Amino acid sequence: MRDRLRKLDFIDLFLWIVRAAIVAVILIGTVKTILSNPYTLRNWEDFIIFGIAQGSMYALIAIGYTLVYGVLQMINFAHGEFFMSGIFASTSAVAIPLARAGYLASHPIPSLLLIALCSILISIAISLLTERIAYRPLRHAPRLMPLITAIGASFFWQYYFRGLFGSQVIPFPDIPQLEGTVPFLHTFVLKSHVLVIFVTLVVLVGLNFFITSTRPGKAIRAVAENKDVAALMGINVNRTISLTFATGAAMAGVAGMLYALVFHQVHFFMGFIPGIKAFTAAVLGGIGSIPGAAVGGLFLGLFESLGPSLFLQSLGIPAFNQLKDVIAFTMLVLVLIFRPQGIVGERLKEKKA
Amino acid sequence: MSFFKDLDLRKLPMQLLVASIITLSVSAIGMVELFGGRFVITGLFTMAQILFLGPTAFFAYRAAQEAPEGKKWQGMIKALLLGVGVGLVMVVFVWLAQNLDVRSIFINISPRLINILTFEHAGGATTLFIALVLSALAGGALALVPDKLRNALLVGAGVTLLVGLLSEILAERLRSLFGSQLSSAIIASKALQVVPAAVLFLLVAGISYMRQSGRIGKVGPTLKPSQTKIVRTALISLLLLVLPMLLGSYLTEVTNNIGLFFLMGLGLNIVVGLAGLLDLGYVAFFAIGAYTMAALTSTGHLGLAGISFWVALPICVAVAAMAGFILGMPVLRMRGDYLAIVTLGFGEIIRILALSDLMKPYIGGAQGILNIPKPMVGELALIRPEQMYYVILIGVAIAMFMSTRVRDSQIGRRWMAMREDEDVAEAMGINLVNTKLLAFTIGAGFSGLAGAIFASKLGSIFPHSFNLLISINVLSLIIVGGLGSIPGTLVGAIILVGLPELLREFAEFRWLAYGVLLVTMMLNRPEGFIPSEVIKRELHAGDEAEQAG
Amino acid sequence: MSKRFLALIAVLVAGLVLAACGGGGASSAAFECTDEIGCVEVAAGAPIRIASALVISGPNADLGLDSQHGVEIAIEFKGDVLGHPVELQAEDDGCSAEGGQTAGQKIVSDPSIVAIIGTSCSGAGVPLAQIASDAGYAVVSPSNTAPSLTDPAQAWKPGYLRTAHNDKVQGAAMADFAYNTLGLTTAAAIHDGDPYTEGLANAFREAFEAEGGTVVAFTAVNVGDTDMRPVLTSIAASAGGAPEFLFFPVFTAECAHLATQSLEVAGLEDAVRGAADGCFSAAAAEAIGSASAGMYFSGPDLAFSGDTYTNFAAAYQSNFGSAPLSVFHAHAFDATNMVFACIEEVAKQSDGALLIGRQDLRDCLYATSGFAGITGSLTCNEYGDCADPKIAVYEIQSGDYVAIWP
Repeated sequence: MRDRLRKLDFIDLFLWIVRAAIVAVILIGTVKTILSNPYTLRNWEDFIIFGIAQGSMYALIAIGYTLVYGVLQMINFAHGEFFMSGIFASTSAVAIPLARAGYLASHPIPSLLLIALCSILISIAISLLTERIAYRPLRHAPRLMPLITAIGASFFWQYYFRGLFGSQVIPFPDIPQLEGTVPFLHTFVLKSHVLVIFVTLVVLVGLNFFITSTRPGKAIRAVAENKDVAALMGINVNRTISLTFATGAAMAGVAGMLYALVFHQVHFFMGFIPGIKAFTAAVLGGIGSIPGAAVGGLFLGLFESLGPSLFLQSLGIPAFNQLKDVIAFTMLVLVLIFRPQGIVGERLKEKKA
Repeated sequence: MSFFKDLDLRKLPMQLLVASIITLSVSAIGMVELFGGRFVITGLFTMAQILFLGPTAFFAYRAAQEAPEGKKWQGMIKALLLGVGVGLVMVVFVWLAQNLDVRSIFINISPRLINILTFEHAGGATTLFIALVLSALAGGALALVPDKLRNALLVGAGVTLLVGLLSEILAERLRSLFGSQLSSAIIASKALQVVPAAVLFLLVAGISYMRQSGRIGKVGPTLKPSQTKIVRTALISLLLLVLPMLLGSYLTEVTNNIGLFFLMGLGLNIVVGLAGLLDLGYVAFFAIGAYTMAALTSTGHLGLAGISFWVALPICVAVAAMAGFILGMPVLRMRGDYLAIVTLGFGEIIRILALSDLMKPYIGGAQGILNIPKPMVGELALIRPEQMYYVILIGVAIAMFMSTRVRDSQIGRRWMAMREDEDVAEAMGINLVNTKLLAFTIGAGFSGLAGAIFASKLGSIFPHSFNLLISINVLSLIIVGGLGSIPGTLVGAIILVGLPELLREFAEFRWLAYGVLLVTMMLNRPEGFIPSEVIKRELHAGDEAEQAG
Repeated sequence: MSKRFLALIAVLVAGLVLAACGGGGASSAAFECTDEIGCVEVAAGAPIRIASALVISGPNADLGLDSQHGVEIAIEFKGDVLGHPVELQAEDDGCSAEGGQTAGQKIVSDPSIVAIIGTSCSGAGVPLAQIASDAGYAVVSPSNTAPSLTDPAQAWKPGYLRTAHNDKVQGAAMADFAYNTLGLTTAAAIHDGDPYTEGLANAFREAFEAEGGTVVAFTAVNVGDTDMRPVLTSIAASAGGAPEFLFFPVFTAECAHLATQSLEVAGLEDAVRGAADGCFSAAAAEAIGSASAGMYFSGPDLAFSGDTYTNFAAAYQSNFGSAPLSVFHAHAFDATNMVFACIEEVAKQSDGALLIGRQDLRDCLYATSGFAGITGSLTCNEYGDCADPKIAVYEIQSGDYVAIWP
């Protein structure tokens, strides 16, 4: 036992050095930046709003990861593809024909709702299909096996949709009503960002209500707690798991719609990086927890947007914006060293990997 | 109407739906068009036809098989219905494609696709319909054939198809081994000729049939088990030694890539398979090994030392192992999926740093490091893949030896104990910290070795070669092969690295096929191709625990 | 592992070793090959085979598919070469060094292939040039632009040529345009960590500073990034003041993000924006949309080629269902035609069969002079730079790229 403690001390020492080093870099960078003050107050407010908008999208996607993880303890690697498939297909097959027909310009709100609906439905369909074919048969296999089928499904959907709609960047039609800015504090906020933040809030509140107060939502929580007991209580476990996937995919569908409105373009590879980022966000916040996904997404968005300018710029690092993912992942490591359960996560039951 | 009594059609709509979706999909995503001109057997049928007729035949067979014993004829009715159903769907599809502007949305539904589907003649929709119905009937009929004959037919057809698919590479091999006349007699412009195809089919089907009937006994002299082992080792060694001569430069290149991934797989197998630590950033150590090799040996302006490959190699392994040790420490306390995302982050951090402007003065940034010399043996530079093969073979042999020894040693048992249950392992007096660090360090060393050879083999390295896909690929191959199993890792590397390479013709659909491959393989063999004994036991233990808990 | 398996291995090993020793090329002796590095013989009626090694999978697939379509159209337009049809063996360079290496090995293992069109990505070009050069093949790349590939001190190998312009040319053209024509004196350059964009951004920076301008920020984003506002905000706040000119020679997706979002960032609303040929496609124009006002694109000058390019574009649309996906289709078309011209020049004919000397083919390609292509009049130098460095600057007028400079 004493021997073990000595070893732990060595590791602890190292971890403290790592913590101290990261914190020192962050502090020195921040202080230097603030002293040299290259940015105006307006700039900082902009950074924060950009971060929140980006973080909202991460949060919506991260919910899919976290829900599935909560129920199945499985990393659903294909979740980024659920996000891509909905908006990619509905942009090509709905939005562009609508725009060509002129309907989008004359009736923007019904059109956008229709596109959003299609995006959500397609995402849900793809998620249910994936769950049924690639995950359900492996429900009782060791957890690495569904991870591999998830990777396989991810590749499959990427190239399947590429085959259907092509490998090009497909521009999402412009919505004139969503262009321009509204004044806020010292700055101007893009209307599309306002929409993103607003929709995310509404969706999160709705989801919270769904999970805590409705029967299907309670079923999801029950299954997450213990499948066997839930089954004994008369809950259809398979259906509840499908519902979990569908809920996560619906969030991804909404995120896809917002993505298209903010970034004006879609393509078949667009799910990969947001997928990884959202996974990071889910872990950052505490995987398995819905508020965790929201907080994690928000933090990740802020790290990415503020981090390079705040921490790195004044350290004289060339092309510091290139390193924003380095910051994001370093912060992840830092958070997990301090709080292994994530920012708001509960300590996981000692379930085996 | 008692004839149709208890004809069970409940499953048919689902089968019809799936068959239609698959047939529509292969058409709409462009696979049919890509293979439209690609004959499998010269003049007889193309890959495209297999793609759009095959699913119907398959599902008709499945439907027919479900018919109850003694009423097998019901199967034919189901098959017919299925064929008619898919046929109607496809006729509607062709009509829509011809009469509406679907191409502005679905980019691959082109006139050429319709030409292929309609067998290149006007009014071909009827032909398409008949062809689909006929394939369904053929599938249904197959279910009526006695088992032995059916298996023989399927094996024969499967092998013939496979040969047809790989004919391009086979043709090249035949040409260089036996001369171009024989080669072109068997394979003409990528497709099998009719007569050789028929011979091959009959031969394989015949052998398969006879084997099932037990008519082919054991051949060869009888040997004692110990002798068998010696002979087997000797033969396999001999085969490995002469392999490059048999394979030619391209297939040797593929083998080399398989070898490098096998090397990495062996290392990751220690981390994931034995120690149970899910590492998604394994590429980091591969990159570190490669960059160390490049920096130490390059003759370009970024070269630091200009030392030889052989001197640099152990340094690279040591540097990578060191990196594994250092990166291992912060993640020691993390379990399962936290570990996965943090290691993934490390992999990305290393890649981004490698391509960043920050590191450009030292390791070239986006422009990479050029002019990395090949290994030298005396005066001979190992330029050709056939020569590099032996370097990789030696590396693999050492790594295999080491991982077998480590696995069977006390350390290996500690790893497995830790994988089974960390708390129990700790209670048994296992030092978790040291044991985990050791796994990380050794695993990283293997990856560094692979990276070092990779850099020298390529002659130039760029940060883009070290992306997340490599980590994913290595992880997939050890799991597909069988977690914790060394032969499994080799099989996994052959399937996931070699096969996509041989199926280059699939072009942009290679990754689609890779995805399908991963899913179907995991569904059919969740424990992997060659599972290790321990994992097999664990699987069952898991089942019991599931029931108990 | 049964004995049958052992027997099988034994037979296999023995048989194939014998075959390997005994076999070998039994060529019909109609011709005598006098070429120092070998010949390709094309039998009467057999196709002339050329290979392409372009990126046709993964996120950069547009770039390679576009070039491959250029090759395919060149073959279609050409019809027969000396009475032989032309067959394309299309390989994937994966846009990576290892992809280039395997594609290269695959191609050179087929002795019936006459020449290689490829690669798309410079990173893949380095090992492929090495392999092809060692094996005696000629490689013409329609899209490698890295200066190192035609620098004999770095990566150039005998047999390697390209019809794509060297990065240095395009970077300098854009700097010239921005500084002299537009009269802008401060600029920022953004790349995305891709060797091509990084090289081009650097070439621009050097040229712009040589002209007398100031580069106030030189930074990078990552491929796959979508939110460019933070990086743009920090550029707007750079120490040297907000730049008047913003140059981002990145590919379609990131380019469109930068183009549209730069208008939304305080301090950059009035900056003139420039992109390069990575952002030169119908999809890019559409994705940039209304943000294209006040934006310039450098790219190859295709204006003078007249009918050929018009026909080419029409064939492209009807064969592949879209407008050109990217920018190097014309270079690929020219590269392929250059190879055809040289095959016609050096092939020896007899009874409908052809004999093409590999060194002769290389010599002919390097000697290409004043070849009329759609990218200009191509003349190769001794290290294989063949592009007619005609760079034009375009702007988008109602969805089409219109050349406005020089």
